[in-house]
Amino acid sequence: MTLYLFYFLSFVAIFSALLVVFSKNPVYSVLYLIITFFAIAGHYILLNAQFLAAVHVIVYAGAIMVLFLYVIMLLNLNQDSEPHKSSLAKIAAVICAGTMMVIIIGTLRGSASLPAKDGVNIGYVKELGNVLFNEFLLPFEISSILLLAAMVGVVMVGKMDHKTVDSPQSVNGNSTLDNRPSTMDKVNEKELTINK
Amino acid sequence: MSTGAMICLIPLLPLFGFVLISLTGKRLVKGFAALIACASVLVAFAFAVALFVKLLKGSGPLTATMFQWISAGNFSASISFLVDPLSSLMLLVITGVGFLIHVYSIGYMHDDEAFNRFMSYLNLFVFFMLLLVMGSNYLVMFVGWEGVGLCSYLLIGFWFKNQDYNDAANKAFIMNRIGDLGLLVGMILIFITFGSLNYADVLPKAEAIGTPVLTLITILLFIGAMGKSAQIPLYTWLPDAMAGPTPVSALIHAATMVTAGVYMVARNNILYTLSPIAMQLVLVIGLATALFAATIALAQNDIKKVLAYSTVSQLGLMFVALGVGAYASGIFHMVTHAFFKALLFLGAGSVIHAMHHEQDIRKMGGLRKYIPLTYFTFLVGVLAIAGIPPFAGFFSKDEILANAFRQNPVAWGIAVLASLLTAFYMFRLLFLTFFGKTRASEDTIHHIHESPKSMTIPLIFLAILSLGGGFMGVPELLGGGNWISGFLSPVFARSTELHVEHHLSHTTEFALMGIIVVFTLVMIGLAYRRYVAKAHVPAAEGAPLTPAHKTIYNKYYVDEIYDAVIVKPLYWISKLFDIVIERSGIDRLVNLIGDSLNDWSGIFRRIQNGHLGYYIFVMVLGVILIVAFSYTR
Amino acid sequence: MNIPIEYYIWLSTVLFSIGVLGVLYRRNAIIIFACIELMLNAVNLLMVAFSAKLNDSNGQVFVFFIMAVAAAEVAVGLAILVMMYRKTKSVDIDILNRLRG
Repeated sequence: MTLYLFYFLSFVAIFSALLVVFSKNPVYSVLYLIITFFAIAGHYILLNAQFLAAVHVIVYAGAIMVLFLYVIMLLNLNQDSEPHKSSLAKIAAVICAGTMMVIIIGTLRGSASLPAKDGVNIGYVKELGNVLFNEFLLPFEISSILLLAAMVGVVMVGKMDHKTVDSPQSVNGNSTLDNRPSTMDKVNEKELTINK
Repeated sequence: MSTGAMICLIPLLPLFGFVLISLTGKRLVKGFAALIACASVLVAFAFAVALFVKLLKGSGPLTATMFQWISAGNFSASISFLVDPLSSLMLLVITGVGFLIHVYSIGYMHDDEAFNRFMSYLNLFVFFMLLLVMGSNYLVMFVGWEGVGLCSYLLIGFWFKNQDYNDAANKAFIMNRIGDLGLLVGMILIFITFGSLNYADVLPKAEAIGTPVLTLITILLFIGAMGKSAQIPLYTWLPDAMAGPTPVSALIHAATMVTAGVYMVARNNILYTLSPIAMQLVLVIGLATALFAATIALAQNDIKKVLAYSTVSQLGLMFVALGVGAYASGIFHMVTHAFFKALLFLGAGSVIHAMHHEQDIRKMGGLRKYIPLTYFTFLVGVLAIAGIPPFAGFFSKDEILANAFRQNPVAWGIAVLASLLTAFYMFRLLFLTFFGKTRASEDTIHHIHESPKSMTIPLIFLAILSLGGGFMGVPELLGGGNWISGFLSPVFARSTELHVEHHLSHTTEFALMGIIVVFTLVMIGLAYRRYVAKAHVPAAEGAPLTPAHKTIYNKYYVDEIYDAVIVKPLYWISKLFDIVIERSGIDRLVNLIGDSLNDWSGIFRRIQNGHLGYYIFVMVLGVILIVAFSYTR
Repeated sequence: MNIPIEYYIWLSTVLFSIGVLGVLYRRNAIIIFACIELMLNAVNLLMVAFSAKLNDSNGQVFVFFIMAVAAAEVAVGLAILVMMYRKTKSVDIDILNRLRG
């Protein structure tokens, strides 16, 4: 029964992962990625890591992927007008990824023969919390500082003024880009300063 | 305070002053910079006096080691100092006269915008000079030796906006380098021969070494002394060095640095005593320089140039003393010379200050009335250098001459001639400057004024020293104990033992002394007749001169000869090398390397094309390679 | 443990390689980002599998930390993407060709 469940979840994960790469619309990509994540969460449960499964769903499917979707919607990218790479580059990418797979499998195969061990189930919150708050207390606290720093950094990057990050003329080599929104931004800023 | 700390502090204090003043630069108020500079030298002087007193009380040579400097294989050198009677005397002169000149500089340089820089250079010079005389091994002495050369360069070219001054500074530095090479090779030879560079290891062992090696060493060292102490053939830089500010001329080019060669030879007296050929060389060079420079000084019209040539001549006289083995007399004359020549230079500076930077004595005259104090002190200096008893110069010069007579009457004759000429040209200078009618323009006369107190007080002090300085070496003949020779005797003990002395009878000595004094007075009389009674004024620039006069006026064309014999051929060779080796050889090779690098980088820069996607691709390939490598290994 | 560990090795390697493929294949920076997340998850999965097999909780703690770091990374990365879009009006990484000497 578990083996069938494993096959099913694996199939879902791989299939939707492929669709992530190959669907043209970014929104669909992200939605397929969510499915992949749910499949992986199922694998976690199969592996008796219930806590991680819950965290995984909350963090990835709940937070990160929503962020992705939000950004795509914000930037209004939900159309499949994305230019494609040349077919040469695509073939090279496939070969490269295939080589990578072969190499990694070759590398990891040896570790399969490690002896399995039994003991208390480590996947429960209680066991994991014990380890996390005893052995890994300092990294745990530091990771909270990391998150804080990321938060501050994001706010800074988001608030950065257009003029300080400028020189668009050298960036947009293709002149088809529309400059109107940025000029409107400038007008808004002028109004703001006047209001102040 | 412990003796060691005191010894170490003597050179460190001026260094500290230099660092403080030069780091703060122009932000420091002038008065404060002057205070630091003078105080550091004054405290060093106080320590020097304390050490001197200690030596007088009969303590042996004092030593202090700061730290181990170099240690490589069997070679080791440390920064360590030695204070024995010789270096103690030098310390007193350097810090004492140096302090007076520092004070004088406050007045002389007061309006200069680079005042702080000047004071810091003076302090740096004092530091290196102290290192030179206090070092207890050749290496420390060499550091000081090079350091004073550097300071001399910096101070001669102090007003660096004038290209002539820069050229003079370059000339001084390059001439010194030639001498320094000799010194350096000599030092290396000493190390090879003795296996050490410490005085304490080298000097006592000298007698065990063969004469030929010692002769080579001493001649090489003497080449260094020739450069530093302006002896033939390396003397031409000293007159040009008068481009520097006058206090510099007084401190470096009269009282201290140029006597470094004398000090060095005296320090190595035992080596010289053991190699008669080198002694003869020193004697001959000294005599030649003394006479040669004295004749040139006869026809110079620049107040500082006259003094410069007189310095060269007096240095020659000191080497005569060393050459006849009368080391103590040479040092004695060096000390008195430091007093009266510093006095003369500072007096000349005061005159120049009063005349608004006019240095030509043809445009002076009659200054006695306007600047009486300067005149009076200058007169003391002139009397001292001319050798009129009881001024300082008389005793020291007389001792040298008496020693020369003992050794070699011909040498005595030449030395006497040189000193008689000295009396003549010094009084010529005095008469032309201070006597007769004023030849300056009305405007200048109107502005002539006596110098400020900071300048006149050092003059008075130096005048007192020039007057009384001779009494530390009154010969037995005149009822004195010749204290200085007794004080220095430990340093020269072994040389004195080896040196065969012919004692002169007192009658002969009296006679010699009398002859010299009488002839000196005659010379002064001649000078008076020519320049005061007949009011003769040297011919103006470009006026026709007799051939002999012209030759002397043009300094025997030595500069021109050097230019034709050494400088021009050097230029030709350099040009040849420039065209043949530099341009067609090295330049091509360098260009080849550069061009090929350029070409190759042109190929490889295409890898870095700026596309992010491409970079990711390459990165993945790299990861694959790394994993594959670490797996298959 | 009734599922052999080889299966998990295969699964996560395939997922990882699909991630790599996506990064190399697409030009849209957001999809590339998503593919990086996919690769991270493949690694996480393998880590959990081995942790379960060896009965060692360190692996799961590591996964936990990787999630925290990934969250921070996504937040910052997406903010940068938004800034980039504001400048260039595009999320095409082939436009970003200024990283050269």
